[in-house]
Amino acid sequence: MPRFLSAKPDSRLLPLPWNVPLDRWPREHLVALPRGISRHVVRFIRVDDEVYAAKELTEPTAFHEYRMLQDLHRLNTPAVEPTAIVTGRADDRGRPLDSVLLTRHLEFSLPYRSLFHSGVRQETVSRLLDAMVVLMARLHLIGFLWRDVSLSNILFRRDAGAFAAYLVDAETAELHPRLSDGQRSHDLDIAIVNLFGEFSDLEAGQLLDESLEPEALVRQIEARYHALWSELTGREEFSSGELYRIENRVRRLNQLGFDVAELDISTAADGSTVQIQPKVVDAGHHSRRLMRLTGLDTEENQARRLLNDLDTYRARTNQGDVPESVVAHEWLTRCFEPVVTAIPPHLTGKRDPAQIFHEVLDYRWYASQRANREVPLTDAVQGYIADVLTALPDEVTGSVAQGDDHARHQLNPYDPSEGYAEDLEAPPHDPWDADALDPDTEVLPAVLDIEALRRRQKGK
Amino acid sequence: MATVSFKDASRVYPGADHPAVDKLNLTIGDGEFMVLVGPSGCGKSTSLRMLAGLEEVNSGSILIGDQDVTNLPPKDRDIAMVFQNYALYPHMTVADNMGFALKMQGVSKSERERRVGEAAKLLGLEDFLTRKPKALSGGQRQRVAMGRAIVRQPQVFLMDEPLSNLDAKLRVSTRTQIAALQQRLGVTTVYVTHDQVEAMTMGDRVAVMKDGILQQVANPLELYDTPRNLFVAGFIGSPAMNLIKGKVADGGVQVGDYVVPVEREVLARAQGDDTLTIGIRPEHLGKSDDSQGIAVDVAVVEELGADSYLYGSLAGLSEEERLAGPQIVARMTSRHPIDRSAPVRLKPTGTVHVFSNSTGERLS
Repeated sequence: MPRFLSAKPDSRLLPLPWNVPLDRWPREHLVALPRGISRHVVRFIRVDDEVYAAKELTEPTAFHEYRMLQDLHRLNTPAVEPTAIVTGRADDRGRPLDSVLLTRHLEFSLPYRSLFHSGVRQETVSRLLDAMVVLMARLHLIGFLWRDVSLSNILFRRDAGAFAAYLVDAETAELHPRLSDGQRSHDLDIAIVNLFGEFSDLEAGQLLDESLEPEALVRQIEARYHALWSELTGREEFSSGELYRIENRVRRLNQLGFDVAELDISTAADGSTVQIQPKVVDAGHHSRRLMRLTGLDTEENQARRLLNDLDTYRARTNQGDVPESVVAHEWLTRCFEPVVTAIPPHLTGKRDPAQIFHEVLDYRWYASQRANREVPLTDAVQGYIADVLTALPDEVTGSVAQGDDHARHQLNPYDPSEGYAEDLEAPPHDPWDADALDPDTEVLPAVLDIEALRRRQKGK
Repeated sequence: MATVSFKDASRVYPGADHPAVDKLNLTIGDGEFMVLVGPSGCGKSTSLRMLAGLEEVNSGSILIGDQDVTNLPPKDRDIAMVFQNYALYPHMTVADNMGFALKMQGVSKSERERRVGEAAKLLGLEDFLTRKPKALSGGQRQRVAMGRAIVRQPQVFLMDEPLSNLDAKLRVSTRTQIAALQQRLGVTTVYVTHDQVEAMTMGDRVAVMKDGILQQVANPLELYDTPRNLFVAGFIGSPAMNLIKGKVADGGVQVGDYVVPVEREVLARAQGDDTLTIGIRPEHLGKSDDSQGIAVDVAVVEELGADSYLYGSLAGLSEEERLAGPQIVARMTSRHPIDRSAPVRLKPTGTVHVFSNSTGERLS
């Protein structure tokens, strides 16, 4: 009998065929979504309108990862949400099967491979790397040592003109009170090697534009990370006549999307110099402000964009002395909501509302340039729907652009655990296979065979 | 190739009341396979990570060869952490999957091919080199991961519970393969595990740790045959050594109505303690032919492979004492059925280890 451990139980999951290994699940329960490279079998399960990612792994690892993801959630760090663990699985002959970790599919998320599918520009890659570096820094700030940083272990969401990164794999991760410099640099080294491997793999699969070089791409990571980390945590010293630098530092951090919750300020005994160092910084400066003003839950850069539009609206309508919250409410009902409600229901799966609003603003700017006059928002949204949105792929559950024909040969071209043509050939000779255990051999409980050890020692 | 030396190396976590690793002194020989073993929280992983540069060394130092690496960042230490992450890239051949990191380091193509070829030969993967990794079995994937570390030609391999994510069968076969491979490569290796059977079957030497303190470092047989203290005696061996407290008596240690013979000079080392703990391995405890011996109530007799084990508790104890007291385990050689209605008498047939109760140290 399989057992479920879940913080938010979904009873529709119970009747699923847990007695079958995931790679042999009937198609009717599955959705073909692109995913990263995993050493485990991963499948997407659909129950009604909900999609879950299911990963098969050993029970202790499943528990560990479940807890890690829960911790990340608790600490408000972008990661997929763990839903349940299914343990105690066995097939119809009673043979044990690995546990399954279920996470909720992140809506509008994109695995990096789907972004590389149709050619990608240097600028897009740089933005992906930026998003990854921000995620790493945020994880390191809370003492989270990932130990397996890679693009495969991240999901990206569009965030205005940039990307927001979410952690999807916490198998090897550990949570510490604080990370040492060695631990952080270890994570960074892993990131560099893994990304080099991933870019090389894209190159080998002819998915990487010829103008892009794996070596050059990974070279940016280290510098970007160090620059961000020293801005977030570095100590700064200046003379007591330059106190404006405190304000400057806070502004720079806000610009990067961080709030300063605690700033350590110390003055030299003679009062000549001042030292400052941020002690606690929280990501989400703009998204928190937007949430407070409008109740909208968005990514950081989307929030920045929407707040800019709100500021413009306030200036344009001459409401500089009206409280910001009042103007925000007006902006929401007169600008934001009309755009969102103008989207026909069958197109709402293409982008999330904040992203649509951002893209409409972009569209309006270009349309106004072309027309040499200010195009009203209502016209812009209609133009955007006709010229842009209709042609975009659906992203609410990932960009699946595969015909049925293809699906019959291969459920998912990005998943190494599914077939390639060469699988049909006879496997090459493996001299170690002879030493390997027969799959039906029973493994004895852990008993120390001391006599064997003595014989071996004598033989040495 | 290099030795590794921990010299009074300590790690204290902020706010902790005792060090996670307390003045560790350990020298690992060139080419040696050293296993760090102990229960959760004993400091074994922390020690490995101090060597890897992931944990700060608060006092003392760590050397690789003659070089003091205490303050070097991880990537400058010329070490390789094996298995920590081993995504296989589907579009790249097995050869490229093994050698791609060398390309990033600027190693020439011919040198890369040479190293990958050598590693593949060692790993039995030669015929797979031009293929894509999809076709590989779980064990073969593990070997590609090992190959990645081997081609880097580091001075030291570090493995932190590398088998913990594997299922039981793959664990046993990979264990054998790692040990065989390490012997052929001759690269100094530090391996961390909580599993004493794994430690004993893999290591040239095993370092047993508890509460941040190194308890004993020795080759597996020495650990088994002459554990230095009560902790090592109880930790190493499966089933575990019988550890029974008794009163010092004339010519031995009294357990119930029987005096387990102990040499006088050993008893003399008890220095005023009136109780001692005797340790007897299950295979050194046999059924007595006469009415002499430790009286044991038999709970169960279990057949385990070719052997059968008798489990029980000291006879004549109240229910409470029995639950608090030690479990007695003896390996039975004869297949005679055992009458469970009356206590059996068990006598030592081999080494009797003697430990002080006040210090926990070995006296015999």
